[in-house]
Amino acid sequence: MMSLLISVLVPYGPGLAEYADVVLNRESDKAGVRPVIFPHWFHRVRYQCRVCHSELGFEMRAGANLVTMQDITDGQFCGACHDGEIAWSTENCDLCHSALPGTAAGIRGGHETLGPGNW
Amino acid sequence: MYKRLTAWTRYTLWLVCTVFLLPVLAGDWLPLKIDQLHDPDNPALGLLQNPGDALSRLPADNAGNEVDWIRALENGYIRPRSELHGDKQVEILDSDILMNKTGSIPRVRFPHKPHTQWLDCENCHEKLFKSQAGATPITMGKILEGEYCGVCHGAVAFPLTECNRCHSVPWEDEASVQAGVP
Repeated sequence: MMSLLISVLVPYGPGLAEYADVVLNRESDKAGVRPVIFPHWFHRVRYQCRVCHSELGFEMRAGANLVTMQDITDGQFCGACHDGEIAWSTENCDLCHSALPGTAAGIRGGHETLGPGNW
Repeated sequence: MYKRLTAWTRYTLWLVCTVFLLPVLAGDWLPLKIDQLHDPDNPALGLLQNPGDALSRLPADNAGNEVDWIRALENGYIRPRSELHGDKQVEILDSDILMNKTGSIPRVRFPHKPHTQWLDCENCHEKLFKSQAGATPITMGKILEGEYCGVCHGAVAFPLTECNRCHSVPWEDEASVQAGVP
């Protein structure tokens, strides 16, 4: 009941998302699947920034990485972990492709400033 | 008193209280189901961890994820790996850079230590910042636009609303030191 009330009444929009959630939607909407949400908070509890942003080659800017499902199944980018060994494999579409359809790509979450949050 | 109010006033009061109080009652970290970013109709949503389940156990902060990530790391609340396979010893640089071109507001102390606890040197040098102190034309305007420090601060590291965390060295300090005042 509380969930329903909050979602109906709170007019804050995607600002309710957790700080630094990244929405990836270069291809998702076009392909008819939900956009991807990458939660920074979940990953940084487990890995230091350097692992993804140095070892795996993710640029430190939302939108600067061209990540395709083919890359991921080939073990690149997210696929370095999401291989069914370290983390869930690509068969579990809904676990990553979990955003509301039509959500624009970019960095989300409260406390955003005018810069990075609007890329 | 309450009974004397018209139905509409009572409704408005109720609405205002609900809108402002419910997020507080629901906790600082909203469950994914109601964060207005995740699709509540996704059948797999229940398998994902909610932010509050993890973040409420870490040292608190008042901005960003509301987690003091540096304390969480240094005090062993979390032990994030330094590489994908294995856990190499990372190179920590314990050296501060003082940035003086801040006008009348406190100068910036940039501590290498907490940054190198998370990042490799190459993440910042030489692409974002030249290694030579003073050689990079950093401005607050550029940072607010997401350049320099703003690549992370305002996006994933503590946000730019926290002025004093970077602008932490008052000019009076140096005047006091030079004048020999303790």
